Amino acid sequence: MNYLRHVGKYFIMLRQVFRKPQKWSVFREMLFREIEDLGLKSLGIIAFISFFVGGVIAIQTALNVDNPFIPKYLIGFATKQSMILEFAPTFMSVILAGKVGSYISSSIGTMRVTEQIDALEVMGINSLNYLVLPKIIATIFFYPLLISLAMFLGIYGGYVAGTLTDLFYSEDYLYGIRLDFDPYYIQYALIKTVVFAFVIATIPAYHGYYVKGGSLEVGRASTQAVVWTSVVIILLNYFLTQMLLG
Amino acid sequence: MIEVTDLYKEFKGVPVLKGVSTTFEKGVTSMIIGQSGSGKTVFLKCLVGLHVPDRGIISFDGRKHTELDIKEHRLLRQEIGMVFQGGALYDSLTVEENIMFPLKMFADQPFSEMLDRVNFVLKRVNLENANKKFPAELSGGMQKRVSIARAIVMNPKYLFCDEPNSGLDPNTATVIDNLIKEITEEYQIITVINSHDMNSVMEIGEKIIFLKDGVKEWEGSNKEIFITENEAVVNFVYSSNLFRKVREAYLKETK
Repeated sequence: MNYLRHVGKYFIMLRQVFRKPQKWSVFREMLFREIEDLGLKSLGIIAFISFFVGGVIAIQTALNVDNPFIPKYLIGFATKQSMILEFAPTFMSVILAGKVGSYISSSIGTMRVTEQIDALEVMGINSLNYLVLPKIIATIFFYPLLISLAMFLGIYGGYVAGTLTDLFYSEDYLYGIRLDFDPYYIQYALIKTVVFAFVIATIPAYHGYYVKGGSLEVGRASTQAVVWTSVVIILLNYFLTQMLLG
Repeated sequence: MIEVTDLYKEFKGVPVLKGVSTTFEKGVTSMIIGQSGSGKTVFLKCLVGLHVPDRGIISFDGRKHTELDIKEHRLLRQEIGMVFQGGALYDSLTVEENIMFPLKMFADQPFSEMLDRVNFVLKRVNLENANKKFPAELSGGMQKRVSIARAIVMNPKYLFCDEPNSGLDPNTATVIDNLIKEITEEYQIITVINSHDMNSVMEIGEKIIFLKDGVKEWEGSNKEIFITENEAVVNFVYSSNLFRKVREAYLKETK
């Protein structure tokens, strides 16, 4: 019953979020700040993880493909498919849920317990619209770029791993990543990314906005936000995959 | 004038305000006092619109809160300035940006005019040259002054202060008290202060409302509070030996 109450409250929150911004110039300023905080500052970790994950996928596949009848170009093919279909959109989103989700819930939660949100409300500002809408727009528009970069770097990481370890020939790998390429897979990955970006911005915002108490509760809300964002991403991933590829 | 009629508010079935009625006048510093849990903060939050009363009417110069739509509520709130207990300054913004924030949201002025206004209110609270500092770099008293500056930057008609002296040393507390009183008289604002600080109450409380268990127990001025026979008020206000002796001396002198 309590879960249902939270779901209802979450959708009521969204109704307040999707209102016309009170001042476009202030909204624009907030949007650029959020693009920097939630997007640009995540570039490094996403690039680092995706590059090495791509490398590991290529090495693991190469080590497990020891049957001479299985062509080596399948290593490139498997790395490409894994990165585009799952690792970049889903697992990078789970990582972002941890990094960005905790930041969103703790920053909004701190504003709540230090009465900064009350100060906004007293001024006549729709605090949910002011605080959350720029985060949603920033993540929805920036994360597809971030995830596209993760796809590219993951595949490139596999290529570098192959050339450094001599486990496969680069020509085989390059042939493999071009083999049976379907642009719809990119579309599928980006659709998932947009949905996950929305989840990453809103669920932590919900946990932060409605926190009550002090710093301990803000910490708890932050943990809960990361857990629930990850759970929702994994569940939605299942349904979206069934809907879009099934 | 703010008129409060039969204000009632409960949380999870527990009544916190039980039909409080009073008025607040222009240019007068009004104070709400009472023990912890007496309903002071809930009363103040109902006045500024952070809590919706379950019953009763709050009328701001004839505008009843129950009859206003969302847009009119927002407009009314732009006429309200509030000083929060902890300052509630935005950590990521400088002093200048904090004070300019309401202007950026609501005033269609060029940046230079907004900056002039910010500098004017900073001067008014004796905080020149602090424009580029962040809240974390300021002392408690300075943060309160920035908070007051932000509250008055839009020329509010109504100023609400929640424990403006909490955590301040006696000297700084007096400076803040005098500042609020001066601003109230100078701009003819309706000021309502929620306070525990008896020094402030005696010093600037032109009108005092004593709440006890969600009920208005007593109402009067800082002169009348000396001579009141109300047991609850006397026990609360004169709980310290010093204040009790001051009261006795005052009563002896006036007899």
